[in-house]
Amino acid sequence: MALYSEKVMDHFRNPRNVGEIENADGVGEVGNAKCGDIMKMYLKIDDGIITDVKFNTFGCGSAIASSSMATEMIKGKPISEAMKLTNQAVVEALDGLPAHKLHCSVLAEEAVKAALLDYYRKNGMDYDPAQFADCASCGCCEDRH
Amino acid sequence: MIYADNAATTRTSRTAIEAMLPYFDSVYGNASSLHSMGQQAQAALVSARQAMADGLHCSPREIIFTSGGSEADNQALLSAAALGERKGKKHIISTAFEHHAVLHTLDSLKKRGFEIELLDVHEDGLVTPRQVADAIRPDTALVSVMFANNEIGTIQPIAEIGRICRDRGVLFHTDAVQAAGHVPLDVEAMHIDLLSLSAHKFHGPKGVGLLYARKGIPLVNVIYGGAQERGKRAGTENLPAIVGMAAAFTEANENLQANAQKTARLRDRLIDGLLQIPHSALNGARSPRLPGNVNLCFEGIEGESLLLLLDDRGICASSGSACTSGSLDPSHVLLAIGRPHEVAHGSLRLTINEETTDADVDVMLRAIPEVVAYLRNMSPVWKELQSGRRQFVL
Repeated sequence: MALYSEKVMDHFRNPRNVGEIENADGVGEVGNAKCGDIMKMYLKIDDGIITDVKFNTFGCGSAIASSSMATEMIKGKPISEAMKLTNQAVVEALDGLPAHKLHCSVLAEEAVKAALLDYYRKNGMDYDPAQFADCASCGCCEDRH
Repeated sequence: MIYADNAATTRTSRTAIEAMLPYFDSVYGNASSLHSMGQQAQAALVSARQAMADGLHCSPREIIFTSGGSEADNQALLSAAALGERKGKKHIISTAFEHHAVLHTLDSLKKRGFEIELLDVHEDGLVTPRQVADAIRPDTALVSVMFANNEIGTIQPIAEIGRICRDRGVLFHTDAVQAAGHVPLDVEAMHIDLLSLSAHKFHGPKGVGLLYARKGIPLVNVIYGGAQERGKRAGTENLPAIVGMAAAFTEANENLQANAQKTARLRDRLIDGLLQIPHSALNGARSPRLPGNVNLCFEGIEGESLLLLLDDRGICASSGSACTSGSLDPSHVLLAIGRPHEVAHGSLRLTINEETTDADVDVMLRAIPEVVAYLRNMSPVWKELQSGRRQFVL
């Protein structure tokens, strides 16, 4: 189907890092079943490095592909770098998404950040709340709730 | 490739194509021209109109050829509204699960001051004659109820609704786009005043349809210009398409019973087989239902990813998920029959026809459960359902 790039279809057909991590160091879930997409991200973190990442996604082709790509982009990276992941970077790595699917990449970024926030909180670490814009403030899906 | 999206469109039949061909390159005259080539075209137009009238049980004079079902729906509603307005009647009754060609035309009428009352649809996908009877008021200008729903295939009690409308002196329109060529239509016996249909849903070409308007109902133009179609629809007639529609409609009606029987058996195999998938449900009643319509929801998954994976396996299907509709909400039809949003996102529509085989059904019954299981295995919603943190709906 010409709706999606080859890259999106590749990550949709062969999603990387699908699954769950038992006793994960950080878990984040974003989205809403009512809107048709939920992403859940699991992180294993050792010495500030994301050593493993897994995801579960309920959603359309681009939601699954965005989750898959986001996990690849942060795996093996220091958390400081994962914090800099943007939805735009996910879109670029996927060779683009249709305009009405951009929110899927936003969800992927939010899922990673939600999992990192969980990690910070669990470990009593300081963090800058401004870096964790909550779902309601992004505006991209406010009509969807 | 297994094509299971015949409610979207159908293959143009050989019969229709053969019937059309001469009107592209040998009898290509304009039916309005006086010369012999024009008159040959005119004769073909007359005979196509007669064939359509025969199939609908009306007079050829009651048929306006249009560009398709949407145009016919627009013209029917706008005409009934204009007539009602002249008599001070500005109340229109329709249903919540009509096609957008009807719903969006009603939206435009609402902006012009009409009161639009959309009847609730029961969870079995049916509107009752009683609901219509109860909703009719002295100022009701029109009742518009679709013959068969395009997503869930449920067939409405059109003859009974027609009877009520006729008794109460209210105009009755039905969008018969999904029904024509698949179930018997009789505008006389069913007391239908206005009816829309589209050729490409019954193996005719795309871009052609018609509006039946009972004698004496004044129509307003949607397209102004020349005197074609008794001045009610301007533009040189699309003669090849009109001839193709007539050939396809005649063929569909000749084979209607046999096709319906053959298709319904395969439909029932599909429904029974797919309902074996845990936490699935059929959308709309099993009966009365179009012979080729299968529409189910599978809890815990989203429809677009299901369609993409089925396409990879050579199966062309459709879904009512928000992602496939291009809007933010899932199908208004599934919401109208009471499916919650999260369940409506996981819908699958298979619309088969007489060309579908048992072998095709076998392939679908193997592929669909596998794909559903695969998607559920990566769905956080499915995992919450299984762990009991979220309640199953189906």
